[in-house]
Amino acid sequence: MYIIVIGAGKVGYYLTKTLLADNHEVLLLEKDAAKAARLAEELGEVVAAGDGCEVRTQREIGMNRADVVVAVTGDDEDNLIACQLAKRQFGVGRTLARVNNPRNEEIFNLLGVDASVSGTRLIYSMIEQEVETGEVVPLTALMRGEIEIVEAELSDRSPVVGKALKDIHLPGDSVMAAIIRNNHIVLPSGTTELEAGDCVITLTRPGDEASLRNTLTGKE
Amino acid sequence: MNLVVLGCGRVGSLLATLMSQQGHQVAVIDSEKNSFRRLGTGFSGRRVLGKGIDEEVLRAAGIMEADAFVAVTNGDNTNLMASQIAKVRFGVPKVITRVADPIRAEAYRGMGLNTLCSSLVAAGMIRAVLVDEQPVETLKIYSDLLDELK
Repeated sequence: MYIIVIGAGKVGYYLTKTLLADNHEVLLLEKDAAKAARLAEELGEVVAAGDGCEVRTQREIGMNRADVVVAVTGDDEDNLIACQLAKRQFGVGRTLARVNNPRNEEIFNLLGVDASVSGTRLIYSMIEQEVETGEVVPLTALMRGEIEIVEAELSDRSPVVGKALKDIHLPGDSVMAAIIRNNHIVLPSGTTELEAGDCVITLTRPGDEASLRNTLTGKE
Repeated sequence: MNLVVLGCGRVGSLLATLMSQQGHQVAVIDSEKNSFRRLGTGFSGRRVLGKGIDEEVLRAAGIMEADAFVAVTNGDNTNLMASQIAKVRFGVPKVITRVADPIRAEAYRGMGLNTLCSSLVAAGMIRAVLVDEQPVETLKIYSDLLDELK
């Protein structure tokens, strides 16, 4: 694959090295000429100097041949424009952008970027997963955020402990998909009763998450 | 009309003041507090400190009720991103974007944004005077607006 990486900060630099190690054809584009020159000493012709948001620069680096463009500068607006131009002017199949402000992930998807990654959101969700008993933790958001997989550990104060699944009214169309009990997975049926210490995995819509938290933990 | 202006530089501050004086509801966004000093005494709108590509800031500036959004910061990419948010996310009916790079201006015009390339306008007008024998007076276009600002 021919992959163009825009922005030679730490993310761009290490991404390039990793891709090269996997034998991909890579071009690393850096706006700052001095920085580009320094990197070229180490990485050679893989590095080019230029502004990835200029159509002319994109043409010069063969954007029309690129299979993937990854925009990982420190500025969200630059990453967005680079991806949009790559796709619409040069027909690049897959555009990926780094998003510094996690709230921009949704906007980027709306505006045509194929995938965006917020380092902040990833790390935040890793922190959340370390949070204590009784909390509802979103594990991942699927389908552009339309479904969330949510994990909750049931304390003995949980209002659903001792109840069978069929007697528990989950909000919206939430579905309890699995229970982790004593390090085993239980795929529940309607008659499965929940126990204190169960870690339940529920599929829910983002709007129902708060209500789900209330149902499972009894906390507002 | 309800107008949100992103960027309180020369263009933004002039536009905001003119519109405010004419009685429109104007909110100006800028990330630097000092920029608001450029606003004339005739400006009676709102000043919002923050980055215009941030949804929260746009909401604080009243984008939900806006009839028009104008992006005139010094950064093309900021203007283009904010304008798209205004148009696609918030459905603002009239969105105008200043883009200094003529190629980007054209590319995004093709994507449905109303872009103004001030650099092309200036270059075109000067060339018209130099080569196409347009009268030099054409360069005075809009200078009468100064009277409105006094």
